[in-house]
Amino acid sequence: MALIRELDYGTPICRTEKAVTLTIDGQPVTVPAGTSVMAASMMLGTEIPKLCATDSLEPFGSCRLCLIEIDGRRGTPASCTTPAEEGMVVHTQTDRLARLRRGVMELYISDHPLDCLTCSANGDCELQDMAGAVGLREVRYGYDGGNHLDAPKDVSNPYFTFEDSKCIVCSRCVRACEEVQGTFALTVQGRGFDSRVSPGGMDFFGSECVSCGACVQACPTATLNEKSVIDLGTPEHSVITTCAYCGVGCTFKAEMKGTTVVRMVPYKHGKANEGHSCVKGRFAWGYATHKDRITKPMIRDRITDPWQEVSWQQAIDHAASMLKRIQTKYGRDSIGGITSSRCTNEETFLVQKLVRAAFGNNNVDTCARVCHSPTGYGLKTTLGTSAGTHDFASVDQADVMIVIGANPTDGHPVFASRMKRRLREGARLIVIDPRRIDLVRSPHIEADYHLPLKPGTNVAMINALAHVIVTEGLVDEEYVRERCELDAFEGWARFIAEERHSPEAVADILGVSAADVRGAARLYASGGNSAIYYGLGVTEHSQGSTMVMGMANIAMATGNIGKRGSGVNPLRGQNNVQGSCDMGSFPHELSGYRHVSDDATRQMFEAFWGVGLLNEPGLRIPNMLDEAVSGSFKALYIQGEDIAQSDPDTQHVTAGLKAMEFVVIQDIFLNETAKYAHVFLPGSSFLEKDGTFTNAERRINRVRKVMPPLGGLADWEVTIALSNALGYPMCYTHPSEIMDEIARLTPTFAGVSYDKLDQLGSVQWPCNEAAPAGTPMMHVDRFVRGKGKFMITDFVPTEERTGPRFPLILTTGRILSQYNVGAQTRRTENSRWHEEDVLEIHPFDAESRGILDGDLVSLESRSGDIALRALISERMQPGVVYTTFHHAKTGANVITTDYSDWATNCPEYKVTAVQVRRTNRSSDWQARFFEEDVALKRIDANANAAE
Amino acid sequence: MIRIFISRDSASVSVGSVRIARLVCEEAAVRGLILETALTGSRGLFWLEPLVEVETPGGRIAYGPISPSDVGSLFDADFLTGAEHPLRLGRLEDQPYLARQQRLTFTRCGIVDPLSVEDYEAHGGYAGLRRALSLEPQAIVNEIKLSGLRGRGGAGFPTGIKWDTVLHAQADRKYIVCNADEGDSGTFGDRMLMEGDPFSLIEGMTIAGLAVGAAKGFIYIRSEYPYAYRTMTDAIALATKAGCLGPSLMGSDQAFTLETRLGAGAYICGEETSLLDSLEGKRGMVRAKPPLPAIAGLFGKPTLINNTLSLATVPWILANGGQVYADFGMGRSRGTLPIQLAGNVTRGGLIELAFGATLREIVEDFGGGTATGRPVKAVQVGGPLGAYFPASMLDLPLDYETLAAEKGLLGHGGIVVFDDSVDLSQQARFAFEFCAAESCGKCTPCRVGAVRGVEVMDRIIAGIEPEKNFEVLEDLCTLMTDASLCAMGGLTPLPVMSALTHFPEDFDKAPQVPAAAE
Repeated sequence: MALIRELDYGTPICRTEKAVTLTIDGQPVTVPAGTSVMAASMMLGTEIPKLCATDSLEPFGSCRLCLIEIDGRRGTPASCTTPAEEGMVVHTQTDRLARLRRGVMELYISDHPLDCLTCSANGDCELQDMAGAVGLREVRYGYDGGNHLDAPKDVSNPYFTFEDSKCIVCSRCVRACEEVQGTFALTVQGRGFDSRVSPGGMDFFGSECVSCGACVQACPTATLNEKSVIDLGTPEHSVITTCAYCGVGCTFKAEMKGTTVVRMVPYKHGKANEGHSCVKGRFAWGYATHKDRITKPMIRDRITDPWQEVSWQQAIDHAASMLKRIQTKYGRDSIGGITSSRCTNEETFLVQKLVRAAFGNNNVDTCARVCHSPTGYGLKTTLGTSAGTHDFASVDQADVMIVIGANPTDGHPVFASRMKRRLREGARLIVIDPRRIDLVRSPHIEADYHLPLKPGTNVAMINALAHVIVTEGLVDEEYVRERCELDAFEGWARFIAEERHSPEAVADILGVSAADVRGAARLYASGGNSAIYYGLGVTEHSQGSTMVMGMANIAMATGNIGKRGSGVNPLRGQNNVQGSCDMGSFPHELSGYRHVSDDATRQMFEAFWGVGLLNEPGLRIPNMLDEAVSGSFKALYIQGEDIAQSDPDTQHVTAGLKAMEFVVIQDIFLNETAKYAHVFLPGSSFLEKDGTFTNAERRINRVRKVMPPLGGLADWEVTIALSNALGYPMCYTHPSEIMDEIARLTPTFAGVSYDKLDQLGSVQWPCNEAAPAGTPMMHVDRFVRGKGKFMITDFVPTEERTGPRFPLILTTGRILSQYNVGAQTRRTENSRWHEEDVLEIHPFDAESRGILDGDLVSLESRSGDIALRALISERMQPGVVYTTFHHAKTGANVITTDYSDWATNCPEYKVTAVQVRRTNRSSDWQARFFEEDVALKRIDANANAAE
Repeated sequence: MIRIFISRDSASVSVGSVRIARLVCEEAAVRGLILETALTGSRGLFWLEPLVEVETPGGRIAYGPISPSDVGSLFDADFLTGAEHPLRLGRLEDQPYLARQQRLTFTRCGIVDPLSVEDYEAHGGYAGLRRALSLEPQAIVNEIKLSGLRGRGGAGFPTGIKWDTVLHAQADRKYIVCNADEGDSGTFGDRMLMEGDPFSLIEGMTIAGLAVGAAKGFIYIRSEYPYAYRTMTDAIALATKAGCLGPSLMGSDQAFTLETRLGAGAYICGEETSLLDSLEGKRGMVRAKPPLPAIAGLFGKPTLINNTLSLATVPWILANGGQVYADFGMGRSRGTLPIQLAGNVTRGGLIELAFGATLREIVEDFGGGTATGRPVKAVQVGGPLGAYFPASMLDLPLDYETLAAEKGLLGHGGIVVFDDSVDLSQQARFAFEFCAAESCGKCTPCRVGAVRGVEVMDRIIAGIEPEKNFEVLEDLCTLMTDASLCAMGGLTPLPVMSALTHFPEDFDKAPQVPAAAE
């Protein structure tokens, strides 16, 4: 293995149809029209010296190294800004050019430190390379002229340094921040020789910088350099793998020194991210080797006992015998398992196989239950597939975007950058969200409509939008006639045209002006290609599934499915939430969303697995907990989930866990749920195993092992060992064999193999005979279910109501630097941006309660109460408060309730009636939490001492 | 009622014209005389300012330069009737300085009330627009092509070809932009025109809009020109009120609106792509070309960007015909050039002449030699990026090609005169210093090269290692010329090398004594 150095064409690759042929240094080359001479030359393998050009950025023409001569033209134009033309005869190496290039380098080096040998970019510095390439041998200006050698170094960012003295002002960082990331945090201050790159006149940490790393990646010198590289030196080999954070599924090069990660660099050929990254994937990977990692299996009899470290054999045997004992005592259905959306497809597949084949029941569920289960239900019902319709790249052709209940700049930052780029190109934007999220107004972007609805009124909103579309004649009738079930459409159209759905009729329910709703509906229906992007603000409601269907309704009604730039697209929360659903993690479905009651499917599995399978759905997570409390559910195997922090109504969750006799946790950290566990099996991070993740656009990406599992076994190996110990043999020597089994048993995965993934980089399912290279966009000529089906979507207000006792509505979400329950990001420097969860509250609500910014406040619902600090924010609307659930000690889910989606039981995280008041102490729950955090996490000291 | 005319041009105001106007009015009041004071632009005879013209049956009789103490004696001499007085100049048209000129672009400047549409029309204004409204866009462009007009901003690019490119660019909207960021040292033509005859620029831009299919225009005026900015802004409001701008130009179905924009004090924003960045609200940075602004300019749309004087000449061309304009001039330089004579010169001012006049005619005949009375040693033609020519080359005709052949340029038509006390090595150093101060900082040759140029010149002036440093200087000049992104860095070597070529003796410094330095 070697370090992968991607070719840099210098300017973006042009994809025009028309071709032009030119001659470069005597060699003919044919390139797409619009290609720069620089890129055309690179296609021939001729690298023209360059410093300010890189193919992720538009040509800039500032360094003046890439000069060329063209027959019949005066002067020495820059090759980066000169488009290739038919018949052009270009010379890239002449005496004149050599002199000019040397002259430019002489100027650069006259204001640059001469510490190459001790520089952190030594060996990875384009300035150094270019000095060599042009043959610079002397700087005749000397080194005592004007210079910036004493410029101070900014080390404020936790992950990278800014060493101004090494800056050559190529503006690549500034342009990357603008063009790639879209944050506009960097600028050039001063002019002429005084031009210096600056994060807005302050230090990086205090600036608008979101630490996406695009500037660091773009920097050709050591000016912006990863601290890990400064500490460790340059890497020696790279492994292409997939980020384990959000559902965007960015492809990275893990740049390594042996088994040590030096840095993670986004990979240009990664189709989900195309070379971009966010602060989490790019920098926050240090948790993988954090001292909190548990690398030895542990067992204990009671949760109040300290953990005892044991061998893998002992732990597995103990777990297997306990599970068997409980099944013998309480019945086959008294145990179950939870798969993880953090783990690979292969691991998830094995856990559900373990439950169905070795446990012999269907009591398997996954965390998608609490996030996107309504997406699966709603889209399958209306369109026929439990997945988003389009690939990310489709947004490049969107003319109108609706963002509903999602905060992409925080939750899905890399895709948000792509959206923002399109928005800067002029696409229109509608944001439907109770909060004024960043997209509503950020540099060079402003939503045409922000509809700040009251939490819990999504369906009333989508119905009002649909009402306008139907009653104002904005339906694409030809599309509906050809593509959809007409009876269902007509029924729906009559329903939605009723006056009670009009924007005027629901204005008070929504708290949004009817005129804005009408304007937004018209824009969506008639603005060209219109795409819907949504998140958990859609699904985590009592009517989550209804809302998903409502969105599918308006997309079908306006013909916005099946063409580029349109669709109904969920932004998936976790790295493999799509995959865990695809793999049959739900109690009612086998892989590929086939119901367990479907005889043909079940029989195929039975034949292949050699066991009988139940034809009745098993328990969902909430049912498992309920039945544990009621005494009939006794044991649980949880792989890579932390339901004690992530699931709603924490006290109900922990009561359920405590009521179980036996809980097996497989995780990389001793998480909250592990407090209630009896066996702890060390998990492995994404860096320690092979496998695949499936992202929000159904893209199956390879995860590749870069270091051995810290605990000795990868997660899939642990499941195999447990299954074998339970008496159901599993024999796989590599995850590719698991994928082969998935492909064999799942029609939508039939064409997937590791060989194909290696060859193509990634594929989007369905991938089979009909679509051997995968399917970027679904429902192109017909819907997967045949005809699209309009569904009646009556608005039924949630039972969760505000009242005198709980007058405010709490809605929850997450922020950029932290990820979900924070198990990973809290163990990185990311916490410096978000040390604690805070309660965002509108100034009006704060004022009437005498709350000042930073005050400790009590947040109470009928489920419980916690204390946290207030952040007064005009992003909120009066009557609505907001917090995040990244810190276990905050206990945001102590507040959330047991209400859930009528169809899928997805919890209603987004609407909880609460009261907020000033306080001067932690809540009782928090006090107990701190006690238990010590008491239930003890590891036997003797065992440690024995090491 | 007696009308007098006093210039409110910035240059006139700077020597006290407004004060004189006030004193004249006060004195008239004291004497019970009723005067109408018309504030005009300047006629461009700056050495005669402050200047008062009195309307008489025999024409406008001028008196000047007037100092406050002269006011009483003027009244005593009954100057309001055009009577004799030591300061009496007679009709300015009869002054050789003006009589020898061919005023086409500046035909009304200093004569009309700058803020009167009626006065403008009474002096031939809006004849061009009326004609343009009857022509197809291509016919207007053809008229400009026929005129041979070239960009007066300095580059001398054929205006008609530029217009043609914008006309044929396909887009949902296009813009007309006037570059009034007149920053060259010794130039003032744009300012004088905007302050003295703003409607000619408005009319020219309106015609340009009709020609290329643009309905919106911007005038980018440097921040150091507050009067010009105010005059242009007021004139736009008046033209709009009169129906000469707006949704229906002179009752037609054609629309054109104009706005003024004030620069923020950067010389580089006179470079057209920087100007566009600045106009878009960004930091003024040079853009790489292509794309040409004519294809993708302001806000990415096809944009016709021309200099003030180019656009202000358009009405004359449309009114009188392209061929008539082309009949002036020499070679490929057609029409007239408004020359701005300044520096160490006796009679500085605006001299509009057909191309082909020699430097000597300008400096000696019009300018009357140096103000100090010492011999002329050098003239710098074309602003701070123009070449220094020695007195021996004063017979060069002013023409784009001739000056280019002599490694100089005509630029915006500014000529600065130096007497024999000037040290051209200091001027060469100044060229780099100017570049260093005004560079946008984007490209390396200009950003770093200008600073190194100053340092190299300092070593040469100090007599340090002259042989090596002359070689470095020449290499640096070649580098900046060939490799700079725009003309700022690209032309900085022009004054440097001209100084070195024509005045080598100024660079021959006594070597520094090494022992003394230690």
